[in-house]
Amino acid sequence: MKLIPSAALFSAFVMVSGLAQADTVLSVLIDNNPETIASMNALTKAYTAAHPDVTFDIEQRPGGADGDNLIKTRLATGEMADVFDYNSGSLFQALKPTDTLADLSGLASQAGILDSFKTVVTGTDGVVRGVPFGAAMGGGIYYNKKIYADLGLKVPTTWAEFMANNEKIKAAGKVPVAQTYGDTWSSQLFVLSDFYNVAQVVPGFAADYTGNKAKYATTPAAMAGFQHLEDVFKAGYLNPDFGAAKFDDGMKMVATGEAAHYPMLTFGIGSVKQNEPDNLNDVGFFAQPGDDAAHNGLTVWMPAALYVPAKSANLDAAKAFVDFAGSVDGCNLMIGANGATGPYLIKGCELPKDVPASVADMLPYFQKDGGTVPALEFLSPIKGPNLEQITVAVGSGITSAADGAKQYDQDVEKQAKQLGLPNW
Amino acid sequence: MRCPVQRSPYPYWFVLPAAVVFVTLFLVPTVASLWFSLTRWDLYTASYIGLDNFRQFFSEQNLTLGLMNTVIYAVLTSATKTVFGLLLAVLLTSGIWGQSFLRTVVFFPVLVSTIGVGITFTVLMHPTKGLFNVGLAAIGLHGPGWLTDASLALYSVALVDLWKGVGLATLIYIAGLAAISPDYYEAARIDGATRVQQFWRVTVPLVQPATVTVITLSLIGGLRSFDLIWAMTKGGPGFSSDVLASVIYKQYQAGFYGLSTAGNVILFVLIATIILPLTWWFNRKEVDL
Amino acid sequence: MTRRQYWTGIIATVVALVIFVVPFVFIAFTAVKDKAQASHLDFTWPLQFLFWQNLVDVVTTRNYMLLLAYFNSSIITVGAVAMLILFGAMVGYVLQRRQSRWNQVIFGCVLAGLIIPPAVVPTIWVMQGLGLFKTIWGMVLIQVAYGLAFSVLLYRSFIATIPRDLDEAARIDGAKPLQIFLRVILPLLKPVTVTLIVVQSIAIFNDFTNPLYYLPGKENVTVQLTLFNFQSQFSTQFNLLFMNILLVTIPPLIVFIFFNRQIVAGMTAGAVKG
Repeated sequence: MKLIPSAALFSAFVMVSGLAQADTVLSVLIDNNPETIASMNALTKAYTAAHPDVTFDIEQRPGGADGDNLIKTRLATGEMADVFDYNSGSLFQALKPTDTLADLSGLASQAGILDSFKTVVTGTDGVVRGVPFGAAMGGGIYYNKKIYADLGLKVPTTWAEFMANNEKIKAAGKVPVAQTYGDTWSSQLFVLSDFYNVAQVVPGFAADYTGNKAKYATTPAAMAGFQHLEDVFKAGYLNPDFGAAKFDDGMKMVATGEAAHYPMLTFGIGSVKQNEPDNLNDVGFFAQPGDDAAHNGLTVWMPAALYVPAKSANLDAAKAFVDFAGSVDGCNLMIGANGATGPYLIKGCELPKDVPASVADMLPYFQKDGGTVPALEFLSPIKGPNLEQITVAVGSGITSAADGAKQYDQDVEKQAKQLGLPNW
Repeated sequence: MRCPVQRSPYPYWFVLPAAVVFVTLFLVPTVASLWFSLTRWDLYTASYIGLDNFRQFFSEQNLTLGLMNTVIYAVLTSATKTVFGLLLAVLLTSGIWGQSFLRTVVFFPVLVSTIGVGITFTVLMHPTKGLFNVGLAAIGLHGPGWLTDASLALYSVALVDLWKGVGLATLIYIAGLAAISPDYYEAARIDGATRVQQFWRVTVPLVQPATVTVITLSLIGGLRSFDLIWAMTKGGPGFSSDVLASVIYKQYQAGFYGLSTAGNVILFVLIATIILPLTWWFNRKEVDL
Repeated sequence: MTRRQYWTGIIATVVALVIFVVPFVFIAFTAVKDKAQASHLDFTWPLQFLFWQNLVDVVTTRNYMLLLAYFNSSIITVGAVAMLILFGAMVGYVLQRRQSRWNQVIFGCVLAGLIIPPAVVPTIWVMQGLGLFKTIWGMVLIQVAYGLAFSVLLYRSFIATIPRDLDEAARIDGAKPLQIFLRVILPLLKPVTVTLIVVQSIAIFNDFTNPLYYLPGKENVTVQLTLFNFQSQFSTQFNLLFMNILLVTIPPLIVFIFFNRQIVAGMTAGAVKG
């Protein structure tokens, strides 16, 4: 009895909200970084202009482990949006793509996508399941050029030089290193961006780590990243609100000169372009330095990708939209929305001439032979789900670097067992 | 159909609808959890791995920390709610100015969405911009990182829990105080007892049924507590404010369903080992009185 | 009122205003600010009163998701409370009126329901098997399963105060058991029923954890889930986030104003034994 009036009420409600039209509404789930939002808005707006019968409902989700877990849960329960963005590489593998994601290998745009990208969105069955969304990224350290000029500092090529710079910056009354553990994912950078340096010392680390032979806790080069986190905290180099600040705050601090450094992926400059455009060229970038100045290079991330869940109710419409996003036109729209933040992995999608200073700082690493190494998550299928809680704990002085590395090894073991990898 | 035997006017089929729902959605999963906690499970296939999940739970430092935090949080919130609830109830039954307004104000947070309260206090407790620390700075004090300092985060959440829940304890105590005959106070006054003595000798012993209710309710609530912690810290910074319920949820999200269920079993055992002896002890004490 | 009672009252009121009222004023202020001022997170007088604009912005976000959430939450609350009343009263009635071995079993179940934390993932597994997972009706049944123990207890103790002679008289008049229950007993339970309606509605409306687990999916959002999820949607728009909190706070406020006495009765039930 109660059902009848409520059903009537609901259909009235549906009509009000415009869902009852015959149009296709594609639901889209994206992370809430300003760059992602701007890219997706540009893509969807252009797409609806060309195909008026397709509209979009864009939902934002948190980044980091919250986002990882949300995606996994939604896929497991069959509640995923028609299109979603997510990391490529090992996080992509953790989604069990062969069961959950649609085959995108037949899209026209795949012809223009570089093979280096296709490999990181290919499931164990050899089928491509994603198109690039955004630019390739480097993981390193943003720095404020004005502070460097004022204090006569030089871009560091070893960790010791970096810490020496920090000391001078602190003496000058500025915050040496911004950290933003309010967005827990941002705490992982010192560990993840150190992988170039790990690979220089222990070239076989990725394979041994996947094979359950190498551990963070017992490989000194791999431990260094955790040690760095502990060191900057102990030296008192962090902003006072490091525990609550968010990613946007971090970019703002380094852009406005409140802080001198902010360890981050290079997509971060998109936030400065939107929120502090006047400071865009005050921000520079360098790779995370290791122990040896002779081997200085950049850890790089493949772009995130757009995926379509295998069970999408609007499979064809979703694929058509994703195809557009992976085309040169789609790529140019994203550059238009955010400016260039790094190399795009689509043939014919060139960077404009006037890139921001931090992007110009990054490009030489790509041009130098052996100047880049992919991040570990693109070389191994395992990434522990709790890394960011562990790095927050180490970076806030709660846990020692050694204990943190040990905890992460355990976390990795749990994930490897759940994935059913051999040797674990 | 006619039955020659006289049928009870209170047939057992009255229990049936409730029983069907309760058994299917509560008892069956509870019993099933004992099996699934011994498996590695992805909702489709479960492979038996013995006690590995429990071993993992007790060997992983951060999960054990969650267990410790659960007990600390429950005992702390329960104790403070009991103490402040009683004191507020005494104050709010002493005929002071604005009494009924005060009762309303103290009670209202009980009814408000926990998530809304959590978000609001997260903002108020922001280390540099939040009202807490801005207020402290105004009187020359340097406020701590309420939710960002690992040694403090759990206690800050407990403080908000007290803020939200003390009204219920107060209400239960007010009802308890109303049931105490004024004759006892009269007799105590004639014997020359001071206000403090009256409180300890008359109020505290005679309000004991209310105390039992407050302690039991808030302990069970505290041990199962999830919403507020999840809305405020998500167990952070690091794992420092994780409790069992948040660990269970995180393992669930990460797809470790067997491990998550093992956490559930541990929580169940923990609650049972705390609440059952306590209830038994309270009951015995009541007989003594 | 003595001088002492007067001054204690004044001081207590001031303290209570600071501790208990300021957070709500903060919510209200932030909810009407513009985006820039709200981002300071400070406790200041709003420079602009954008009540209506912020309200519209929140309500229209993501295709009127908040309206859908209120709709779903209302369905769940009404459905679950109706069943809790009927089923709870039936069990409480039999439990109180009829003495037998079964009473022990029922009583054990009630205690278990009050104490045992629900086993979440196995529950999902059962619900998937029955096709109830991710459905509003599944959620209603979950709320019934979890709320029954409290309802049964409350009804049982209240039914003890209703004389058996009434059922006897009805039975002699030829009424069947169900008729006795529906026509004679249920109307007499009105006071405790009102209490239960109010208390359970608030609990179910404010529930976050259970919809989080059992009701994923954007068609199934509830009010509390929407609020939680809008934290990322509004991560830089604190005015809208707090407008949402304000909107979520209003229903319990209204219920509180109208049913203050029943809430007090329900919450203190069982506090004072016989």
